[in-house]
Amino acid sequence: MELKKAATAGTMESGDVMVTLCPAQEGGVDLSLTSSVQQQFGRQIEAVIRDTLRKLGVEHAQVTAVDKGALDCTIRARVAAAVYRSAGETPERWEEL
Amino acid sequence: MERRFVKDRLRRSMMFVPGNNPGMISDARIYGADSIMLDLEDSVAYTEKDAARLLVHNALKTLDFGRKEVVVRINDLASGLGVLDLEAIIPAGVQVVRLPKTDSAQDVADCEAEIARIERKHGIPEGATGMMAAIESARGVLNAQAIAAASDRLIGVALGAEDYVTDLKTTRADGTELLFARSMILNAARAAGIAALDTVYSDVNNEEGFLAEVALIRKLGFDGKSVINPRQIEPLHRSFVPSEKDLKKAYAVMEAIREANARGSGVASLNGKMIDKPVVTRAKRLIALAEAVEEVEEV
Amino acid sequence: MTMDKNALERIPHIGEIRHRGPFAGTPEKHTATFQDRSWRQNKVVGSLEEAIRRTGLQNGMTISFHHHFRNGDHVVNQVLDTLARMGFKNLTLAASSLAAVHAPLIDHIKNGVVTRIETSGLRGELAEEVSRGLMDCPVVFRSHGGRAAAIRSGELPIDVAFLGAPSCDPYGNANGYSRDDSLLACGSMGYARTDAKYARQVVILTNHLVRYPNAPWAIPEYDVDYIVPADDIGDPKGIMSGATRYTKNPKELLIAQTAARVIDAAGYLYDGFSMQMGSGGASLATARFIREMMLEKDIRCRFALGGITGQITAMHEEGLIDRILDVQSFDLDAALSLKNNRFHHQIGATYYASFLSAAAVDQLDFVVLSALEIDTDFNVNVLTGSDGVIRGAIGGHPDAAAGASLSIVVAPLTRGRIPSVIDRVNTVVTPGAVVDVVVTDQGVAVNPRRPEVAERLRAAGIPVGTIQRLKEKAETLVGKPDPIRYTDRVVGVVLYRDNTVIDTVRQIAEP
Repeated sequence: MELKKAATAGTMESGDVMVTLCPAQEGGVDLSLTSSVQQQFGRQIEAVIRDTLRKLGVEHAQVTAVDKGALDCTIRARVAAAVYRSAGETPERWEEL
Repeated sequence: MERRFVKDRLRRSMMFVPGNNPGMISDARIYGADSIMLDLEDSVAYTEKDAARLLVHNALKTLDFGRKEVVVRINDLASGLGVLDLEAIIPAGVQVVRLPKTDSAQDVADCEAEIARIERKHGIPEGATGMMAAIESARGVLNAQAIAAASDRLIGVALGAEDYVTDLKTTRADGTELLFARSMILNAARAAGIAALDTVYSDVNNEEGFLAEVALIRKLGFDGKSVINPRQIEPLHRSFVPSEKDLKKAYAVMEAIREANARGSGVASLNGKMIDKPVVTRAKRLIALAEAVEEVEEV
Repeated sequence: MTMDKNALERIPHIGEIRHRGPFAGTPEKHTATFQDRSWRQNKVVGSLEEAIRRTGLQNGMTISFHHHFRNGDHVVNQVLDTLARMGFKNLTLAASSLAAVHAPLIDHIKNGVVTRIETSGLRGELAEEVSRGLMDCPVVFRSHGGRAAAIRSGELPIDVAFLGAPSCDPYGNANGYSRDDSLLACGSMGYARTDAKYARQVVILTNHLVRYPNAPWAIPEYDVDYIVPADDIGDPKGIMSGATRYTKNPKELLIAQTAARVIDAAGYLYDGFSMQMGSGGASLATARFIREMMLEKDIRCRFALGGITGQITAMHEEGLIDRILDVQSFDLDAALSLKNNRFHHQIGATYYASFLSAAAVDQLDFVVLSALEIDTDFNVNVLTGSDGVIRGAIGGHPDAAAGASLSIVVAPLTRGRIPSVIDRVNTVVTPGAVVDVVVTDQGVAVNPRRPEVAERLRAAGIPVGTIQRLKEKAETLVGKPDPIRYTDRVVGVVLYRDNTVIDTVRQIAEP
């Protein structure tokens, strides 16, 4: 999917993650993560964010994620919401998400 | 036909969970509600509908809700959002779709057609997804009978009182204002052989008022009630536990029937009184309820 | 009259009677009124410096403090600033506990004023710094009972105790409240009583010098050497606030309700039982459900023990609890009850929990305790966070768990994404050998040591699973956390209540 504008999804509440995306032309995914559970889950959170972006066909982006202990399914949902908002699209192939 | 939903089951409590709150969604299963209703409608701001849809989709696919019935309340179809909601939740495996603001049998039929289309699109057996209809207007109440009978997918009808009393030009008070609607919905549900679910009681801190309302709907014959705070579940469930005395009597009735059958007699009596058919039906139902309550508590 | 010297010789077997020689007259008798005398001849000294000089404190000695002012304490920082100014070095600081307010200690440690710390816990910046290797000598963590035992046995000898007291008379009768006015301050001063009794020298810092006799007292004048009037010993807002409210958090209420059902089903809710509730939302809220069950069964509690809250004192005033044994008052309602109710008693740390003597914890039927982590061997950690950083206190956790016939540990199965039930706790504070039941929002596990409890719970319709199953449930929900990275350096030594070493805390590795 092609990112068109800066977009944000999620909140700063406990159990949620706030994901902000900015389109980029090159340089892959530049990810900045701060998490209340950085030590224990930072590695896994980063992997989930990158995996979700890959599945949505996002190759280049600046990503800022502020995590408050979100579960993997929440992280996937918030990253996807930010991508669709940035691209100005509505999800269609739900079975592939 | 492979169905995801069960038509006849214990539905004492249906807990509302805001669809855009991940913390509440992941905690929802611990409070012992019989059904969990993830809400995409009133608890989600218009600008967050897209995010909530994705969140509920992912939660349905990932989280273990145990033996709970998982319901999603969608936005009404007229808003244009309802179909988007269905597109997101049906492939994710929702058991029951709760349709809000149901005014007519046609509303149910329209929603059912969308559900069937999406099921076909994803290769899901048609009819796998259940439905329930929330009635929230005077028109809906008057059409209750037709609504309750509008689809084989329907597991129940529910009253949504806030919109309804506004439509009636009144406000919520001691329950008198809801008596007609409750009676209509209850009779419509019974005539169609599906569940009747009462509206929420929103004053969370008024336990006395809550219990009075629960006692009333129990007396009317409702199967259960929607709850907005987990604290309401335990007292609600307590009101469904049959009393020792009633249960003893029910077992005695069934024992008398067994004895009569063993004797080859068609007439059973208990303490010198003949046992009528409704007495047997009620006894059976009470024992089934007691067993269902016990089984659920074991989870 | 003066006794004749030769008279002694006429007493048969005088050599076998202990005496100090013949009577030789009395010193001059005083004649001033006692009110007059008490303001002139007393233990009050002009300044903290003077008191310190008079105690004979030397470099390398041990000083002690209590933590009844919690995060409102101004005594520790004030005394340490003074000691630093006076040039003291190499001191051991033995506090009953330390709080976030004690962050200024970091500088005193860096400057060599304090080189060792003994405490029940550490919080805030000081705890962070210690976890990152601030001190050469590891901090020694003891439970309240273990500390009291060590002080009495001489394993932890205290040279000078500096004890803040919200009321004190000119001779040293000190307390956490005063019957002379509406002052309430901290209520019980239970932990300070042990220091006062066994320290070589005792200095009371008070902001409220009252008339003799300040009865009832927590600390008697014969245990006190010097009194320093101080304008400011603490911030009342940090010392305690109004009443502890029952939690409204539905998850904590669910856990509390299950805990109460467990206690009842296990057979410990009978007429005349005893109990303790640890701090923390769910453990405190258990009292609410216990109360409902007591009313239903028409039974009473013989005594409630430990840190006391307004919820316990309300039950006392309602006639549901006969006696309260209060080592620490957690809120103003508790302090007020200690002052007003004759069967609400103040007890010291030694009697509360020391393993060396008769202790009240040994008479407990049940205790409900919180936990940061519980492992599959039922070991409990209340000291270090999931990131390995020190952020808590042992308190009376192991003491009450060991003493109670039924010890219940309550915790949410996960906090955010952090699992509470795991393979191995980061720090063992209370060993699984004294933990009986674990209650979470997602299930109950009974220690295999107590098969009869598991059986009773099942008979009462409470589903009982294994601790292993709880661990798996947590892992399914949140995933498996990466292990914490530590260095090999030990920054803390954790002692069990008998003062044997049960675990160590290591320095965390910088990312």
